[in-house]
Amino acid sequence: MYPRKFDYYAPKTLSQALQLISEKGEDAKILAGGQSLIPMMKLRLASPAFVVDLNGIKELSYIKSEGGTMKLGSMTRHADIEHSSVVASKAPIMVEAASQIADQQVRNLGTIGGSLCHADPSADWPAVVLALDAELEAKGTVERVIRSKDFFKGPFETALSQAEILTEVRFRIPPAKSGYSYTKFERKAGDFATVGVATQLEMGEDGTVSKARIALTAAGPAPFRAEEAEKLITGQRPTAELVEKAAKAASDASDPAPDLRGSAEYKKDMARVFTKRSIRSALERAGVSI
Amino acid sequence: MSEGGAAANGRIGIKVVVNGSIHEDKVEPRLLLVHYLRETLGLTGTHVGCDTTNCGACTILMEAEGKWRAVKSCTMFAVQADGRKLLTIEGLAKDGELHPMQNAFWENHALQCGYCTPGMIMAAIGLLQYKPEPTEEEVRKGISGNLCRCTGYQNIVKAIMQGSKQMSANKQTIG
Ligand SMILES: Cc1cc2nc3c(=O)[nH]c(=O)nc-3n(C[C@H](O)[C@H](O)[C@H](O)COP(=O)(O)OP(=O)(O)OC[C@H]3O[C@@H](n4cnc5c(N)ncnc54)[C@H](O)[C@@H]3O)c2cc1C
Ligand code: FES
Ligand code: FES
Repeated sequence: MYPRKFDYYAPKTLSQALQLISEKGEDAKILAGGQSLIPMMKLRLASPAFVVDLNGIKELSYIKSEGGTMKLGSMTRHADIEHSSVVASKAPIMVEAASQIADQQVRNLGTIGGSLCHADPSADWPAVVLALDAELEAKGTVERVIRSKDFFKGPFETALSQAEILTEVRFRIPPAKSGYSYTKFERKAGDFATVGVATQLEMGEDGTVSKARIALTAAGPAPFRAEEAEKLITGQRPTAELVEKAAKAASDASDPAPDLRGSAEYKKDMARVFTKRSIRSALERAGVSI
Repeated sequence: MSEGGAAANGRIGIKVVVNGSIHEDKVEPRLLLVHYLRETLGLTGTHVGCDTTNCGACTILMEAEGKWRAVKSCTMFAVQADGRKLLTIEGLAKDGELHPMQNAFWENHALQCGYCTPGMIMAAIGLLQYKPEPTEEEVRKGISGNLCRCTGYQNIVKAIMQGSKQMSANKQTIG
């Protein structure tokens, strides 16, 4: 399958790339890992006249832990995150999620920035950045920071404008007394999620949950934080009943679309089941038994 | 090579090192890497199965920052390989001797029709770049992007376990 013809640009710096996309306007597309864009171009679901390849821009690929903040360049590959010892020690939820995305080959090319900007409603990274309360830095004519909570607008739709490039994902490194889980339900190896739940919990000295973030993917038109569920467990000493209630609240907030992976009703129930498992596993990792 | 701002209409010159030989060609930007390998260079060992990034038959190794990585060559443009080193199934055997991973596939009867085999072998060697001596579970995960419609995978997994041990014993990371 051949895409339609296009002109190809491989800028070496971010400023060249920004200039190119602003010059070319609506007909230009950014190429990151290409693992979503190229399949779409081959199927001619996307036919950009200009392709601006970010792969030569070294300044967009890095993993840094600085003064309590974790920073990842948008061109960091899924596989770089999966195999990073820094990420494993500071934000293990990312390693757990990365290793469940697609397969080895796709992870070697696909990037975190590409996944967030593509905004597939079943993608894994969106739920994870929501659970980490990440900030997303974008550059266009100006630089701005978008909270992950405000980034995902709908299926394949984000807060970015056409002339902006996502440059960095950053978040506060979770404290020592915390637990995490990315719990993905997939129908077959390497598939997109039937439902995916990212949970990041912080525990207070008194054994109560001091902060809870629970985010779901493949459970609605866009990934979302289950805020009711978060509220239910925050400030509480976790119990099995409370977790059950929170899982129910997350399921109530979900609005999945029926497809080959199941009916809406089934997926809604799976949202409940996998939220429960995700919270339980996060609690266990925080050293809390219920 | 077209850099920022340079007009890129028509064909673009690329220079790649494939299995140790340098190739320079002018290609259309939309030419997929797998078609460049098969049609321009005549290296038909790399197969096209699904053409939709699912089956792994087109898997090759590409060097990035000094590390070899398995990639699906149906999901990259040839222009993106400019300046890079690539390794395909044809580059594995040396002086008429099969590569240890090829040999392990042969000895373990890890192929029937053989259509998936080049991609399986390249994905297996790709996996070893991260885990030189993988467990059976890690092998199964490592080849989850490769489909085989004949063997049922058992012998493929056995072969990769054997091939990885042999490569470790030889202190061999790639070819
Ligand atoms: C077989 C297969 C299985 C997969 N399974 C999964 C899975 O289980 N879970 C999952 O989450 N994903 C999955 N994916 C998708 C994969 O993770 C992609 O890598 C990812 O969605 C897109 O990232 P990319 O870097 O490849 O982006 P590209 O494909 O290059 O780009 C995607 C889109 O984002 C835009 N874009 C990219 N980078 C930027 C940027 N920095 N700023 C602004 N816009 C940008 C592009 O213009 C394009 O519109 C799968 C893909 C395949 C082919
Ligand atoms: S042909 Fe490339 S993955 Fe199937
Ligand atoms: S041997 Fe026939 S597809 Fe694998």
